[in-house]
Amino acid sequence: MRRPPVRAAHPRSDSETGMPPILTFILRRLVLGLLTLLAVSILVFVVTQALPSDPAKAILGREATPEALAALRTEFGLDRPLLVQYLSWLGDIVRGDLGTSFSTQLEVADYIAPRVGYSFFLLVVGALASIPISLIIGSYQALKRDGRFDTGASLSTLILAALPEFVVGTILTILFATTVVQWLPAVSYFEEGAPPWSDPLGLVLPVLTLVISITPYVARVMRAAMVEVLESDYVEMARLKGMDERTVLWRHAAPNAVGPTFQVIALNLAFLAGGVIVVERLFNFPGIGSALADAVVGRDLPVVQFLALVIAGVYVLTNLLADVGTVLATPRLRTRLG
Amino acid sequence: MSGSGTAIERRPGIIRLAMRLRRTQIGVGLAGFLVLVALLGPFVAPYGSTEFVEMPNTRNAPGTVFGTDYFGQDVLSRFLFGGRSILLLAASATAIGLVLGASLGLLAAYNRGRLDEWIMRVLDVILSFPQVLLSLLVISMFGPSRVLIALTVGFSTTPRIARVIRGAAVPVVERDFVAAAEAIGEPRRRILFSEVLPNVTSSLLVEANLRLTYSVGLIAALAFLGFTPSPNAANWGLMIQENRNALTVQPWGVLLPTLALALLTIGTGLIGDGLSRVSAGIDRSGDRG
Repeated sequence: MRRPPVRAAHPRSDSETGMPPILTFILRRLVLGLLTLLAVSILVFVVTQALPSDPAKAILGREATPEALAALRTEFGLDRPLLVQYLSWLGDIVRGDLGTSFSTQLEVADYIAPRVGYSFFLLVVGALASIPISLIIGSYQALKRDGRFDTGASLSTLILAALPEFVVGTILTILFATTVVQWLPAVSYFEEGAPPWSDPLGLVLPVLTLVISITPYVARVMRAAMVEVLESDYVEMARLKGMDERTVLWRHAAPNAVGPTFQVIALNLAFLAGGVIVVERLFNFPGIGSALADAVVGRDLPVVQFLALVIAGVYVLTNLLADVGTVLATPRLRTRLG
Repeated sequence: MSGSGTAIERRPGIIRLAMRLRRTQIGVGLAGFLVLVALLGPFVAPYGSTEFVEMPNTRNAPGTVFGTDYFGQDVLSRFLFGGRSILLLAASATAIGLVLGASLGLLAAYNRGRLDEWIMRVLDVILSFPQVLLSLLVISMFGPSRVLIALTVGFSTTPRIARVIRGAAVPVVERDFVAAAEAIGEPRRRILFSEVLPNVTSSLLVEANLRLTYSVGLIAALAFLGFTPSPNAANWGLMIQENRNALTVQPWGVLLPTLALALLTIGTGLIGDGLSRVSAGIDRSGDRG
């Protein structure tokens, strides 16, 4: 869920600074985003290092030898005051010193870097596939309102929106990769160091899962926005002027409907930052999601901490882009600012 | 509840209105059936939830309806045992989220100003974590205990509910009967819960349903990732994970729990849609867990 776009609609116009209001607005959102990130880092630190009564024991388990416990305490400086621990932890991360992964013994940066690429690729392909599909479905529903297509699509999006992603992915696996037909591989497979597009068949099901879990939401909002726009005075006006339907649709209606949809697209992309954890695990996709799941099982603290920051960071960034994008994409808001 | 001053217009309750819609009826049927399966299943299961029955992954094992799973346990019995913990955890998490979220949302709406700003900013930080991530973060340090799963999922739901309730309560707070209650010196808690709350029940109901749907999915997903309160407990999410590799030889171990989770979430989703259709001005279709 997101803050209502209303807040984005009333940025204080800053006449003293002489900056264009739109820039002031972006700057303010940027500062707010950075503050949120800082708070996010505090939360990650509190949960992983400050809350557990003895983090060393929480990580190594009850059977750990005293020497191992002592070594871990020294490595993380757990005997120091919490504020000092937090500042040095944050300082290390900012300087790019992410520590060593407990379970793989690799530098966290070396372990995570290639996986970020895989996840990013998966997300981008999923987004690029689902956004046009959902915008088209939503607009077409609005055009043929209450027709057969609209009713069918409404019901399907309602049903698909309710399903958890891993259930969607499992159903797809049953249908296309195992029990019913075996057209597609049930898991993706990559040679060491191969680029994420080297297994296109293996990408189909993970991408399809992402598409199915985003499309219903975006299509439903696009439909609602489009219905509203099509009933508006300016569309009526354009029609009365005798413009042909296609111009009315693409020049007048669609641009105004995309604004509200933008927020929901961003929200869903941000949601996917978490959703990939399960989807990657389901299809053995070697991205940051499966790395996080592994790290949680192995209590690999440096990896967990860093990936939590990365995923929450993506979330904050996407929301920030959404706020700015909504203002830019909504003609009404843009003129108010400019 | 003493919402006596609020009886401006008496409409039939939104639950009764929603129940007139075909989709709500189907939703109640589906969700009701699966809730029954989840709650009563353990009493009618032919075998124990971890009892060895036959050779692993046998589809036609004698004495079983759906064969055995990866560990030689009866699929039907595992299935009948496997819904209860998901359902109870999801219900407790939703309850925690509703109580905390509604209280914070009402408090923020009523006080506005600095307290409002603080509450919403702090909740924004929790909102920056996708729900799965927050749960995984906590589980990684404290282990997947029952209480902890309910609490973290509840906490991660709180800011989402608080936003909605705040939004619904802001216009209510400005109405005359609240001012009247203030004038006769009602304490703040009474104003919030007896005057304002009864006027946002539609939002609360729609939200409760939405969050329950997502919590079921989230808790099952955590189990699918391997995080259940007890390692070999029967659990629909975990069952899908355990029996996934044998899908080609013995699909039932995956099919049954997948169908159950799908029908359960579709059922609650349909109920939610029915509820929001009859409560004017509430459209949560673009929202996300």
